[in-house]
Amino acid sequence: MKVRTADFLEFDQEARVYRISPEQAVRDDVEKHYWRHVGVTIMKDWRLYLMLVPMILVFLFWRYFPMYELLGCFKVSNDVLPVSQQLFSGFSYFKRLLVGGDQLSTDFWRAMRNTFILSFYGLCFGFPIPIILALFFNEIRSNAARSVYQVLTYLPKFMSTVVMTSLVTMLVKQGSLTTGMGIINQALSGLGIISADVANAGLLNNPSFFRAIYQISGIWESAGYDSIVFFAAIIAISPTSYEAAQIDGADKMAQMRYVVLPSILSTIVIMLITRIGSLLNIGYEKVLLLYNTNTYVTADVVSTFANRQGMGGNAATGIASAAEMMNNVVGMLLVIGANTIARKASNTSLY
Amino acid sequence: MKRKLEISELIFKIISYTLLTMFALCCLYPFVYAVSASISGRSAVEYGSVVLFPKDVQFDAFAQMFKDNMFWNAYSNTLFLTLYGTLWSMFTAILGAYALSKRRLLFRKFFNFFLVFTMWFSAGIVPQYLNYLATRDVFSAVGIDDDKWLVVIAMGMAAMNIILLRNAFEGVPSEIEEAAIVDGATEMQVLSTVYIPMSKSTIATVALFFAISRWNGYFWARQMISNGNEHPLQVFIRLRLEQYTDPEAIAGWNASYAADSVIYALIVCSIVPILIIYPFIQKYFAKGTNVGGVKE
Repeated sequence: MKVRTADFLEFDQEARVYRISPEQAVRDDVEKHYWRHVGVTIMKDWRLYLMLVPMILVFLFWRYFPMYELLGCFKVSNDVLPVSQQLFSGFSYFKRLLVGGDQLSTDFWRAMRNTFILSFYGLCFGFPIPIILALFFNEIRSNAARSVYQVLTYLPKFMSTVVMTSLVTMLVKQGSLTTGMGIINQALSGLGIISADVANAGLLNNPSFFRAIYQISGIWESAGYDSIVFFAAIIAISPTSYEAAQIDGADKMAQMRYVVLPSILSTIVIMLITRIGSLLNIGYEKVLLLYNTNTYVTADVVSTFANRQGMGGNAATGIASAAEMMNNVVGMLLVIGANTIARKASNTSLY
Repeated sequence: MKRKLEISELIFKIISYTLLTMFALCCLYPFVYAVSASISGRSAVEYGSVVLFPKDVQFDAFAQMFKDNMFWNAYSNTLFLTLYGTLWSMFTAILGAYALSKRRLLFRKFFNFFLVFTMWFSAGIVPQYLNYLATRDVFSAVGIDDDKWLVVIAMGMAAMNIILLRNAFEGVPSEIEEAAIVDGATEMQVLSTVYIPMSKSTIATVALFFAISRWNGYFWARQMISNGNEHPLQVFIRLRLEQYTDPEAIAGWNASYAADSVIYALIVCSIVPILIIYPFIQKYFAKGTNVGGVKE
């Protein structure tokens, strides 16, 4: 917008000088006393602003203050002093983790790789299965039968992480044939898929099974529940669309391709963004509950790595914070990136 | 033409039913096995002869657990954390969401960003832990020494739930609010007599989400509650699991039931209450998955 002199000055014909126009005088006044206006508005409406206070305080104390603690990754870690009084140490912890060349740095890279692998597999297997389930649910015309199937598949979602992991732990427990080996070990070794030694040692003690256990238990737990949103999108499709496609000679696959898929695409995009957004935010609780020293090779993720560094006996909070910082920044870039791409590509976005 | 269509329909139907049945049975099997193993005799469990149905039925594992004071203690702690935690979360969330839903609120954009940013970026476990230690000191300075109150107040704020509520409040027609104001209603009365009754189902959904996250809460409860008598059920189950799957800890086990049966009994006991109330909450559960914060 082009600003012209006449917008804020006007020529006084009698005194032959320029004066500030009345409108501009009001605008100046508002600007000068902006905070007073704000104050008056808030005072007049104080009940509304008071309502915000508990929420703001909770978020400030337990969401934003930890972010301040996170700045410890740039400081010389000294547990005696609060973060504000510690000395600035720059990027030394980051350097130590990224190019340290010692065990710590190797462990960090392993955790980073595991984080990506676990979440990438989760995306590959965990994301399409609920969509397929929803398509299958749609095939069941009888409401009663469908409810039975749905209730059965939602069931695992009602367990807490602890109960779920306890059940998994028990099902693949170590032991021999006389001391309560897990039923899954029994079945797998009975079928000859795994050797007796592997079965006796327990699958959770074997690094090559951790990823499979993690993903399969994840699908078991949430595939049914995650399918609800896709199923809701599918039943919203008007039957006339199917009829029109059938008249054009579309068989089942063609109907899927040209009717169902386009109709639920926006739902898929939204769920995909949410999923990518929480990609690195993988459930540390589940990993913590399932992993042990034998399976760090494939199971250790950045959160659990940081947890061990920063919360054990000889806590290195600076190192732990640096690891979490890198994880969180990459995670945030993924959310924002996924959201931007989705908005550009399909006019659908979260936030 | 018509025939080809019918055949493809039929094939797809058969595939759907088969795979769904298999998946549903896989979902169900671990629960059935857990129930069977919890009431089977010791040798049947240890020799792995329990596959689907219980053998040498005994109820001693349950009896022993029900006699355990720690178990009931843990249950009541969980109820405490769930009840007060949900009340506190709902109190803050409803008030905050109501204020955020008002267009006249100054700095509305800033407050919304303040919430949404916590969905993009979270500090991580260790900084949160350090922060809890610091706030625990603050709490004990004002005389709240009980860790469980810190868990109640500090935990379980989810920006997503507040956004769900805010969107529900934004959907309430402003004419009704204006009518209430003309009748002389104050801000609190508008909220309690207009907004809350008009968005009952969203409120129920959000309360359910808060309650579930409280009921399931494990990690922070274990980290922050130092007194073993105040541990909730989830922590209790985990500690028992760690104890009973350690071969050394159960070396001298001489009960009439297997150590595994105790764990399975615990698992069953923690799932059953949820299964009982499940039919009543199911519709809210399904509703909540319609993504709340979506803007198109």
